[in-house]
Formats: sequence, C-alpha cells, structure tokens
Amino acid sequence: MAVYEQKQALEAPSSTKGAIHWIKENLFSSPLNTIMTLMGFGFLYIIIPPLLQWAYFDANFVGTTREQCTGDGACWVFIKMKMDMFLYGFYPETELWRLKAIVIMFVALVIGLRFIKSGKVKFGIVFSYFIISLILTAGGIFGLESVPTDKWGGLMLTIVVASVGIVFSFPIGIIVAFGRQSNLPIIRSVCVTYVEMIRGVPLITILFMSSVILPLFFPEGISFDKLLRALIGITLFQAAYVAENIRGGLQAIPKGQYEAADAIGLSYWQKMLLVILPQALKVAIPNLAGAFISLFQDTTLVLIIGLFDLLAMVRITAADSHWLGMETEGYVFVTVIFWAFCYGMSRYSNKLEKQFDTNLK
Amino acid sequence: MKDNNVIEIKNLNKWYGDFHVLKDINLEVKKGEIIVVCGPSGSGKSTLIRCINYLEQFQEGSIVVDGIEVTDDIKKIKALREDVAMVFQHFNLFPHLSILDNLTLSPIWVKNMPKKDAIATAMKFLDRVGIAEQADKYPNQLSGGQQQRVAIARSLCKNPNIMLFDEPTSALDPEMVSEVLDVMVELAKEGRTMICVTHEMGFAKKVADRVIFMDAGQIVEENTPKKFFDNPESDRLKLFLDQILSH
Repeated sequence: MAVYEQKQALEAPSSTKGAIHWIKENLFSSPLNTIMTLMGFGFLYIIIPPLLQWAYFDANFVGTTREQCTGDGACWVFIKMKMDMFLYGFYPETELWRLKAIVIMFVALVIGLRFIKSGKVKFGIVFSYFIISLILTAGGIFGLESVPTDKWGGLMLTIVVASVGIVFSFPIGIIVAFGRQSNLPIIRSVCVTYVEMIRGVPLITILFMSSVILPLFFPEGISFDKLLRALIGITLFQAAYVAENIRGGLQAIPKGQYEAADAIGLSYWQKMLLVILPQALKVAIPNLAGAFISLFQDTTLVLIIGLFDLLAMVRITAADSHWLGMETEGYVFVTVIFWAFCYGMSRYSNKLEKQFDTNLK
Repeated sequence: MKDNNVIEIKNLNKWYGDFHVLKDINLEVKKGEIIVVCGPSGSGKSTLIRCINYLEQFQEGSIVVDGIEVTDDIKKIKALREDVAMVFQHFNLFPHLSILDNLTLSPIWVKNMPKKDAIATAMKFLDRVGIAEQADKYPNQLSGGQQQRVAIARSLCKNPNIMLFDEPTSALDPEMVSEVLDVMVELAKEGRTMICVTHEMGFAKKVADRVIFMDAGQIVEENTPKKFFDNPESDRLKLFLDQILSH
C-alpha cells in the first residue's frame, strides 16, 4: 500500500489559448470548415464593398430636394426630409413636442429606474409613465388638443401597437396558461379552446375580423375606434402565443416546487405568483422574447386595415411626386430601424436571462 | 381524540387508480413523540406521511391532526399546513430565491409577519442549522447537505408542532448524511412531534420512541427501537433488517 501526496494544479499548456489557437480551432479545424470559412469571406467580399459604396461613399447627405442628389449612391436627403413622416405619421406638426416629450421621458425613465430599489415604486413610476404617455399622445384633456388616431402613424404607431400588444397580452397570457393547468375542467377547456382557436387563424384574419366583423355586433351608430379594434385583436392574438410559451415554462417546473409551496402553507395564488411563475418565466424568456419580436414585426400588418405604420410610410412618402422612386432608401432605412428595435429586444432578453440565472454564480 | 394524541389516523385507505397503496392504516401519535417509519420502497410509507399534510388525498378513513380534521376544506388545509411542516427528499428549495427569501416567504405571506421580524426569525433558524453565513446565496450554490439543512430551517420558520421528514437523507452524498442527521437529532430533543420516513437505523435507535415497519401498504410491525431491532417479530421485518444491516 502507498500514500500519495496531493498534486498542485498546473496552468494549461500555451498551445490551448490565444488568438491563433482560436482561429485554428474555430475557422480551420477541418477541410470542410476551411472551405466554409473561405466561402464566407468571399461572400462578404462580394457583398460589403458595393453596399458601402452605395450607402456611404457615393451617397448624398446634404440638400433639401431630390435634384441635389447628384451622386450614383443612395439619396439620404429623402429620409432626412421625410423624417417626421417616418417617425410620427400625420401627427400635427404643432403637437409634435408631445411625442418628443414622451421619448425624453422614456430616456429619463430608463436611467432613473436604475436608482430605484423598491419594486412597488418602480411599478408605480412605469405605470404612471404609460398613463401620461397615453394622455399626451391622444390629448383631449388638460387643454391638450385631441389628436384622433387616424392621424397616428409611422414608427410611433408601430411602437404603440407593439407595446400595447406586449403589455396587455402578457397578463392575459399568464392567466390563460394557469387556466390550461387548472383542475377545473370548465376553466381548462375554455382556455384550451381560446388558444387553439386563435392559433388556428392568421393574424391578418384577426385584424380583418376586428375591423370588419366586430362592428356588426355593436348597435348601429356606435363606432369603435379603428386603432382600438386593431389593438384588441392583436392583444388577444398575442396572448394565445404568450400563454403557450408560459405553459412551456410551467411544465419545466418540477412537481416538488408545487408541493413545497403547498407544504409551507401558501395559497394557490401565492404559490403560483411567488414560486411557480417566476421560475416558469425564467424558462420562458427566450421564447417570449421571440414572440414579442415577431409581434413587433407583425405590427406592419395593420396596413391592411388602413393604419399607416412605419413600413406603410415608405409607400406613402415614395408616392410623393417630388420623391418618386425612393423606395430603396426608404426600405433600407426601415430595415435598419426594425433591426435596431428587434436586436435591442433580443439583447434585453439575454440580459434578463442572465439577471434571473440563479444556478451558478 | 385522546388528550395527548396529536395525530390520529383511523382506517385509512388510499388507492392510486386500482392500486391499493395504503391498506387500513391505524396510527396514533402522542405529543412530542418521535416516530421512524421504514420499509421497502413502494410500501406506502411516503404516501402515508404525505396524507397527513394533505399533499395526497385519500379515499377512506380519517386523519385528525391537532384537532383539525384533514379534508379538502381550504380553511382546514391552511390551518393544517401552518401546524405541520414537511422536509422533502429532494429539499425542494425555491431556486429563484435566496436562502433568506426561501425562509421568509411563508412567515411574510402566510403569517403576515413584518419583514424585519421574518428576517430575524429566519436568521435564528439558519444559525441553528449552522449556515447563517450562507443566507444571501442561492440554493444551487450550496451542497446537498447544506440545502437540506436550509429546508429544515425553512420548515421550522413557521414554528410547527409537527414535523414530517420524507427520506431527508436519501438524496445526499454519504459525506453529508451526518450533518443533516445531527440537526434532526437536535430537533428531536426539543419536544416537537416528528415522523421520519428514513432508513437511517442509527438515527432510529438513537432518538425514536417508536419504529414502524410498513410493507405492501400496511403497518406490519410497530415497536420500541430496542425490541424492533433486537427482537423483530414478523418474518418480513427480520428479512428487511437482515438486508439493510448485513453490510
């Protein structure tokens, strides 16, 4: 028999780290990988220079009319001149300060919330922000001129539709997800029917239904705001998907968590809201982010019921007789904006995932 | 209910579908008594103690705990669960909450205790189980033994009269069993009523007032630890003891 001394931990050999090692390992690790890497670089070489040439080197940035766009590249003057249309649609120019104030308050909110610890205060501030924004946007009280919703448009409409859809579909989705797991057969079947009905229908159909069929059910003379109808349709649509994503999260929670919550005496709602839901949401974050990102993109569908979101604004502005044929610039611009928002949401969801990760810290 | 009985189980029968899992169980537990339940897996021992705090429903018979009849009445269940705590085989701590929040959850939400008092209580019990310094960590950062001690502290926070242990050491690495058993032995000295489903025979010998052997859904033998281990009466128990003690 023998006794062995404890050995020291040694540093890993230098050939397993550094930039060259990384390149070898990730880009040229096998013949196939090498070919793919070279093809990838080749593809970028074909795409990037002409794109930069068009979008930057040959592009026109100065001026106020189309005639000043003399170069071969993009005419960004168009975007510059139509910026208010892209951002705010037909919102009256004299009232634009209200929307700008909302944006400034948003920035202040994002910064300010970092310094507030209490969850209740945070919720209160965010809630009042939404109310104030609503009042500022719609007007009609406190001496603010009323701006009817058919004047809303552009990016602002996109954000209104997306944020209302997200904010309201979330709690509805949670309740429906709970309902699908309920022990009460009636509640369960109502929730299942709701989800399966909505998921069986494209969003376009729901928008048509909410704008064309829904009014048939109301007495004559009562007309519902078109935007409001679209918002209700989108919220109900999105809630079904949110519910399914959360249900996926709920199924990942082990039975022991329910039992432990029961055993320490929590009521059904305490158990669900304090123990089960936070864990289920954590699991569901990637899927929820996906659902919300696709909702943001789906807002472009409101065009078909006569609302003019950011994408629709390209069509309208490019139909202006002074700026005919400017679709390319418009669509590139809109692409960049959509990408920025969706990427931002994606990053935010990653951040949330890390923040809620209590497994290994 | 007799005066010093804290739990009375009468003619308890339970089925899982067609499977008769508990067969006509009768059991009386006196206040402060420490009972160890053992038996082969599938014998219904966990199911039995899970009926006591109504984590499992049963079809026939009655259970009365501290004067509370165990039924599906929500108010009674609430009262019952304030009185009876349970420690699980797999700890079942809430992984999204810090250790401290795991402990204060029930006092704050169920007993409406002010947060400050809840924290003080929690720290007291964490100190008792010897891990007060881990209060701000999350469950997954602790070892199995530490997690189980936290789970015990969590169940103590509502100051229960009765504690149920459902194989508290079966999921632990061998090195960590003793730290949990030490805590349980300490608790046993305090006069709380305890029912432990466990195969830790050393623990049974040391602290149990009675040891119950279950097999195939029924109580086969019930005795003081000394007689239980030294003079088992039924053949089934002899075989069982032979198998778990022969190594």
